[in-house]
Amino acid sequence: MAQDNAFFNHPTVKWIEHRLPIFSFLDHSLGSQYPTPKNLSYWWNFGSLAGFMLVVMIISGVVLAMNYTPHVDLAFNSVERIMRDVNYGWLIRYIHSNGASMFFIVVYIHMFRGLYYGSYKPPREILWWLGVVILLLMMATAFMGYVLPWGQMSFWGATVITNLFSAIPLVGEKIVTLLWGGFSVDNPTLNRFFSLHFLLPFVIAGVVVLHIWALHIHGSNNPLGIDAKGPQDKIAFHPYYTIKDAFGIAVFLIFFSFFVFFAPDFFGEPDNYIPANPLVTPAHIVPEWYFLPYYAVLRSFTFDILFIEAKLAGVLAMFGSILILFVLPWLDTSRVRSGRFRPVFRIFFVLFILACIGLGYAGSQPAEGWVLRIGQVCTLWYFLHFLVILPLLGWFERPKPLPISISQMVLGGGRMAGAAAAKPMEKA
Amino acid sequence: MRMRSLVLAGAVSLGLVGSALAAGAPTPPAQKWSFDGMFGTYDRAALQRGFQVYKEVCSACHAMSQIRFRDLGGGHGGAHDPLIGLGFTEEEVKAIAAEYKVMDGPNDQGEMFERTARPADRLKKPFANEQAARAANNGAYPLDLSLIIDARKDGANYVYGLMIGYKAAPADMKMGDGMNYNEWFAGHQIAMVQPLNDDQVTYSDGTKATVPQMATDVVTFLAWASEPNMEHRKALGVKVMMFLVLFSGLLYAVKRKVWANLH
Repeated sequence: MAQDNAFFNHPTVKWIEHRLPIFSFLDHSLGSQYPTPKNLSYWWNFGSLAGFMLVVMIISGVVLAMNYTPHVDLAFNSVERIMRDVNYGWLIRYIHSNGASMFFIVVYIHMFRGLYYGSYKPPREILWWLGVVILLLMMATAFMGYVLPWGQMSFWGATVITNLFSAIPLVGEKIVTLLWGGFSVDNPTLNRFFSLHFLLPFVIAGVVVLHIWALHIHGSNNPLGIDAKGPQDKIAFHPYYTIKDAFGIAVFLIFFSFFVFFAPDFFGEPDNYIPANPLVTPAHIVPEWYFLPYYAVLRSFTFDILFIEAKLAGVLAMFGSILILFVLPWLDTSRVRSGRFRPVFRIFFVLFILACIGLGYAGSQPAEGWVLRIGQVCTLWYFLHFLVILPLLGWFERPKPLPISISQMVLGGGRMAGAAAAKPMEKA
Repeated sequence: MRMRSLVLAGAVSLGLVGSALAAGAPTPPAQKWSFDGMFGTYDRAALQRGFQVYKEVCSACHAMSQIRFRDLGGGHGGAHDPLIGLGFTEEEVKAIAAEYKVMDGPNDQGEMFERTARPADRLKKPFANEQAARAANNGAYPLDLSLIIDARKDGANYVYGLMIGYKAAPADMKMGDGMNYNEWFAGHQIAMVQPLNDDQVTYSDGTKATVPQMATDVVTFLAWASEPNMEHRKALGVKVMMFLVLFSGLLYAVKRKVWANLH
């Protein structure tokens, strides 16, 4: 699949290539000239799925914006007009509202894959950072998007979350006023959220370009977590992974379509079909499911820590639960990337996932009684995992012997030579 | 909805949401609805009877501001779509609209005037504004019913429960002034007087107007009002799913073929 094929010899293609080598650029980025480990499992499909979801969200969102009115008196009814009177408006809106949940499902799986296979370890730290930046941007975008229909949960979710910033000492109140564009969540808030909700996806797209650029420097990690030893360990991205990714997207679309067509309100809150009313507070304000774990961390701090007030401690911990990912490459002291060769880490990885699920559950319930305790225990475990367990595991865990090369493992040619076994893989 | 209740049932059996349900309102029993499930559709006869119940009973206090007369016939820009409306013809919709007078204007003299309603007009509101509605209802505000089924957890069963849930208050319960006891309302005290009584309406198709019958019909109508496009959604969904399953199978075959020469 070199560049001597018929396509690249076509006169028109040659003419363009001579002036702007865009086709060979694409071929090197996502085509036949991009070498990829031959042993990637289906867990590696979630990167392309995330990219696909970003495109789906931008296209459906731009079309929705053509019919939406960002004004407190009109927003709710403009969404209902999309649902009832715009041709296939219901389809576009259900794609967009369920698409947000799909995007987070895909990205969370993508992240847990990275966590299990050590994809954040050298030399992919900056690739990992850019991923965390994308997550933060996605969270901001999703939060502001949920405000736009101007239902009860939109309004009260916006009120609760923006109020968090008031916990910041000295400047907190000023920041909240700035976010609101006034002294309560009101029309200026809706206007700026709409503007930013339209802008941020394109910022995400920009960071995705950087993310892929960083990925291409050292190529994909793989389920064995060892570096490719030579060309025999790699295959061309196209056609092998283009077809595999296409198949993954089709299967994922079945899952996505089930919700769009048969359970479109599954991820939603009934309260958001009630127009926003600043005078009536819902009995139970909950964020969207993908924010529940962070919400649980926030509410776990029911006590002051030394001179830090409980509210501020909760806010710091909530943001800290994501920011800690930036230093993860240095907290994990093990030089073995893949969890497949780390018997003790595997156990703690499962416990970590359980803690995350526990946090999600605690976040969905009123913070009282034993639910609050679950949230607190899981919050503690979440931070222990990163701050204590991962640093210590690198020292105390004895990893299983690593295979010599990807090819050897893929072709099933014996396990591995004893000498290479205990050594912490790749680079000397 | 069924999917959601299945997942919810699974979660309950795991003891996950027990406390949430205990903390909220009592859960009314689940009914069978024509619009349940992946292939469910609105029962057209129930829709028309339900509209009659709304028109003759509910609309005395409750607005449905999202609905236009043309929606009753499935009219979108003049085209009548049998999957969307209540099964009324264009002529029937015009006749229903003609029963109402709406305010229009200003005319070229600068004056507002009353005229006969047209299919493009919204259903007439019973009160001019929230204040007028409260003044006429002992301070309570009769909600707009356009989205009531979507705006309540398990909305169809909940509204049905409210319709049939009026009882005499337990002797030890102190009721507020002008409040009514309802088994399925949070706190059991509701400002709305029992709206449905046997034979309150006379159905033209001969169906006996019992309270459960009228409740079923009006809930079907309200479910339609919450999402008139539901049948379109499900019909398109079946086609999309069939295509995607075939398409995935095809892509999988191609993937196998492409990867076969790799060793």
